[in-house]
Amino acid sequence: MPINYYIFLSLALFCIGMVGVLTRRNAIIVFMCIELMLNAVNLLLVAFSKMHHLKNAVANASAGGDGQLFVFFIMVVAAAEVSVGLAIIVMLYRNVRSVDINFLNRLKH
Amino acid sequence: MIALLLILIPLLSGLVSFFLKKENTARAWALFSSLFTLAVSLLGLTLMNNEGNLHFKTEWLPDLGSSFSIGLDGMGQLICLLTAISFPIIFISTWHHVYKKAHNFFALMLLSQAGLMGVFLAMDALVFYFFWELALVPVYFLCSIWGGEKRIAATFKFFVYTFIGSLLMLVGLIYLQSQTADRSFDITSFYNLSLSGNSQNWVFLLLFAAFAIKMPVFPFHSWQPDTYEQAPTATTMVLSAIMVKMGVFAVIRWLLPVLPLGSYAYGETTVSILAVIGMVYASLLAMRQNDMKRLIAYSSIAHIGLMVIAIFAENKTAMQGVMIQMFNHGIIIIGLWIIVEIIEQKFGTRKLSDLGGLAQKAPVMALLFVVIALANIALPLTNAFVGEFLMFTGIFTSAVFKYELFIIPAAGLCIILGAVYMLNMLQKVLYGNTNTLTASGTDIRLNEKLVLGVIVILIIAGGVYPQPFLDLTKETTELILKESDVLPLLNK
Amino acid sequence: MQNSLQIAWLVPFFPLLGFLIIGLGRKYLSKSLTGVIGSGTVFLSLLVSVWIFFLVKNENVHVAAYFNFISVDKLVIPFAFQVDALSSLFLLIITGVGFLIHVYSVSYMQQEAKEHFARYFSYLNLFIFSMLLLVMGSNFVILFIGWEGVGLCSYLLIGYWFKDNGNNYAARKAFIMNRIGDLAFLVAIFWIISKTGAVNFNEVFAVAQGQVEGKSFSANDITIITLLLFFGACGKSAQIPLYTWLPDAMAGPTPVSALIHAATMVTAGIYMIARCNILYSMSDVTQDIIMIIGLATAILAATIALKQNDIKKILAYSTVSQLGYMFLALGVGAYSAAVFHVMTHAFFKALLFLGSGSVIHAMNGEQDIRNMGGLSKKLKITYFTFLIGCLAIAGIPPFSGFFSKDAILLSVFEKNPVIYAIALSGALLTAFYMFRLLFTTFYGSFRGTEEQKSHLHESPVAMTIPLIILAVLSILGGIVGIPEVFMHNGEKLKVFLSPVIAVSTEHSVSHSTEYLLMGLSTGLVLVAILFAWNKYRNYKKITEKGFGKLLENKWYVDELYDKLVVNPILKFAGFLNNVFEKQVVEGLVNGVGRFVNYSSRQFRLMQSGQVGNYVLLMVVSILLLLVFQFYLKK
Repeated sequence: MPINYYIFLSLALFCIGMVGVLTRRNAIIVFMCIELMLNAVNLLLVAFSKMHHLKNAVANASAGGDGQLFVFFIMVVAAAEVSVGLAIIVMLYRNVRSVDINFLNRLKH
Repeated sequence: MIALLLILIPLLSGLVSFFLKKENTARAWALFSSLFTLAVSLLGLTLMNNEGNLHFKTEWLPDLGSSFSIGLDGMGQLICLLTAISFPIIFISTWHHVYKKAHNFFALMLLSQAGLMGVFLAMDALVFYFFWELALVPVYFLCSIWGGEKRIAATFKFFVYTFIGSLLMLVGLIYLQSQTADRSFDITSFYNLSLSGNSQNWVFLLLFAAFAIKMPVFPFHSWQPDTYEQAPTATTMVLSAIMVKMGVFAVIRWLLPVLPLGSYAYGETTVSILAVIGMVYASLLAMRQNDMKRLIAYSSIAHIGLMVIAIFAENKTAMQGVMIQMFNHGIIIIGLWIIVEIIEQKFGTRKLSDLGGLAQKAPVMALLFVVIALANIALPLTNAFVGEFLMFTGIFTSAVFKYELFIIPAAGLCIILGAVYMLNMLQKVLYGNTNTLTASGTDIRLNEKLVLGVIVILIIAGGVYPQPFLDLTKETTELILKESDVLPLLNK
Repeated sequence: MQNSLQIAWLVPFFPLLGFLIIGLGRKYLSKSLTGVIGSGTVFLSLLVSVWIFFLVKNENVHVAAYFNFISVDKLVIPFAFQVDALSSLFLLIITGVGFLIHVYSVSYMQQEAKEHFARYFSYLNLFIFSMLLLVMGSNFVILFIGWEGVGLCSYLLIGYWFKDNGNNYAARKAFIMNRIGDLAFLVAIFWIISKTGAVNFNEVFAVAQGQVEGKSFSANDITIITLLLFFGACGKSAQIPLYTWLPDAMAGPTPVSALIHAATMVTAGIYMIARCNILYSMSDVTQDIIMIIGLATAILAATIALKQNDIKKILAYSTVSQLGYMFLALGVGAYSAAVFHVMTHAFFKALLFLGSGSVIHAMNGEQDIRNMGGLSKKLKITYFTFLIGCLAIAGIPPFSGFFSKDAILLSVFEKNPVIYAIALSGALLTAFYMFRLLFTTFYGSFRGTEEQKSHLHESPVAMTIPLIILAVLSILGGIVGIPEVFMHNGEKLKVFLSPVIAVSTEHSVSHSTEYLLMGLSTGLVLVAILFAWNKYRNYKKITEKGFGKLLENKWYVDELYDKLVVNPILKFAGFLNNVFEKQVVEGLVNGVGRFVNYSSRQFRLMQSGQVGNYVLLMVVSILLLLVFQFYLKK
């Protein structure tokens, strides 16, 4: 399968995520959109890594493994981030009874 | 040794002064210290006038190519002498002025003296920059703490203005250092530089910005009348007698010989035109001032303008005129400020329209005031005549100017306008009948008589027999002009 | 070789010493001591001057150098005095007339307080010192030092009664008008230095005469230098266009007017041009200009003098007019005639001023001749001496004025008969207004107040003796310049001055023409005097109108200057001060500050705290970067 499809798919996912981040005000949905963007990147990494592997497998058996590895790193970091982020959102909800991110500009004042 | 002492004495005694809690102790300490500096400076001129005493060099920042190198040449001798004379005069003349937290005041004054001495002694660009800033900081505090009503705004303007200039200068100096053969800030390395015409041009602008603001050259002058007006008079004296000379001095030592092509490109055209416009402009403005301080401030701008033109005339006559005039102008303007201070202390006003008839009440002051004011308009047999005569002669005989037919008449016009505003001031202050305010006037005190007497003697002596001063600055002039000679460069 | 003229420094030294002693000791010296020191120092100078005068006869020129005033690069300005015929003659005039006026002043200024009395004498001594410096200097710079110095003393003495602001304005005006001329003088000096590298008279004149190799003046240089110097002289010697200060300068004490504004300082311009006669003879353009200006000034001032009513103002305009004659003489190249007239004028004008001082003294400060009249009965000595002065200035033989004026008129006639006619008409005006003054003041009936009438008295001896001496000099002063037609070898002055001023060629006028011209001028002057006698013997008050009013108001020249020069400059300066400085210069500086403030306030708004905005900005920026990276970057 040509790499183009993967690229278009991940681009579409990334754009959906980005638009979601920009337009939605609910913190949880924004959060999910960020996850979507991360996963779009993950998809791209995996796809490129596979392609890279195919090309260089003859000379070097371990080529292209880096990309797959990064994906795991990203998933781990994302998980950590989600746990912290959700905790913040819960605290936020307790305080202001809302998860609207437009309330999150208090630091400015 | 002498060179080092000239910086160390005011620096250390300034630091000590912070801890002297009693006002009179601090005052006496400051006077003692400044007299000591004067004595050292005189020693340097006479008994200990030899290479070993006048120069000092030690490691400072070897990684940056900078060493702590200071020294006195003829021009340095003269202007250090001015600095050394000025401070005792300032302290004595303001002896009865009560300052709050006097010890801090005197400490800062002495620190500024140390900074000024450093500027005039520096033989290394980084040392020069360091002291340039060091001189500025105490003055900032002096103005903003002990100044007049609008001191904060005025001081802020002054500080921002000069600081912007300083930063531009720093950029220029660093660039120059990077271009030297041995990556050094030393003055000889700078003098050996031979940059291309283009880079000389923009470095010239960077450095000149700093010096032009300090002098000040039109149109960068607007900080000056405000600051002079708001600063405590003792500080104003430092500012106008010595600090503005920093700019003139720096142009002669750090600009002309280092960037001869840049000076040739801008100095003889744009800068001279600006300076001459500034002269006429400031003279005209001085005619319309009602506040004595502002009047003298504008008069100072006009005089400095002439010096700037004379520097860029690039010949010996004009250059020696500038050097001697730096000294003379400093002496004269301190005298004028002392008079202003006396009048303000006595009557609480500096407005010409409120004064009058003081010649009846204070004949001694009137006499001294007249002499100093006439010196300010360069009457013959006063010291300023020698300087201005030489500068004009130099400008007139200069081979480098391109617009001399505009510059000379305009500069000459200021000779007339100068007489107009100074005589107007004399008339409004001294002559006519007394009014309710001045009817209670009394003559000046002993300390004021003493310092004004010294100033008048210096004025007359410098006007009758200026040759020792001229001999003193001869060698420096030759060196500077040799380094800044553009003709071989242009022919190349 | 030690030359005995080396001690020429003593001449200016004595007055300087007097100035210092009186100036510093003004609190401690009694009035009489001040007077003695003041006059005594000048008298000592006079003695030395006489001695020098007789030495100079044997030696032509001596330059006594003392020390180098300024020595820079190749320019050397020695502090040196030049003693020759011209300067020694001026030394005599200055110290001689100066001494008499000092003596006169002791009595005239008697009612002043002690300190002010001392102040007056110190200024007067300083003036003598500066004036001596002026005539003795051996180069242009020393001359200029004296030149400015006398201007300063003039300023100080005009404003001597400084409580009255009118005096102060007059003093200021004099100084500034002089400064305008001085500027031209300075530029001339610079010009000379740039061409010759020297300032000494000898060297400069040598260059001008082409005696120095490698240095020369072009014809243009000569014209410009001489014109500039002449403009300087216009300021000091009160010629058009800078003459308006001199009449105002009468605000000073009367002896000052006699010394500074009649006898000595105002003749400095003539001295300077006579000194530079070598240069002036080389430029016809300048000579013509000097001639025209001199003539115009002579006539203009004479017309104004016709209708003035202040006794001193009349004399002041008369001085301006006489100075015009001297310049006329210089313009036609009759330098020694001009110097001759300087000398005789110093005698009779000092006499007239001192006489007027005596009148003012008697009238208790009154200066308006309309309030005088019939004074000849009470002030006999003053009247007779004044009469002698009037006869001298009118040019009646054998008074001194006749000879000097005749010498001038004759030279003018040789040059151009038309100009001679105009100059002669000016001489008639002179005779007319002087006798108008004499008749109005001393004849008819007394028109002052009763109090003044009872106060009328002849002045004390200290005042009348100088009057008498000056009167004698006014009568006899002419014998040094008796024209050829009357006496062979009569023109002693011309011969005396010949080392400095080259004697011109033979007269082109025949003796009979010369007799005719003298007869004509004397006859016409007598007619003018008779006319004045007829008109003013019994003064009647009239109000001037039409042309008379124009003259009474001095052709409105002062008003014109105010309108054309002073006010525009003041307005322009006001504009710069109130508008340009505050709005443009300050505006520019504050504008930078305000712009920084404003823009930071605007940028602050972007920091909204809305995460969405930040993200949006980020996205947009990244997109822009991408676009730039792929499409725009080459």
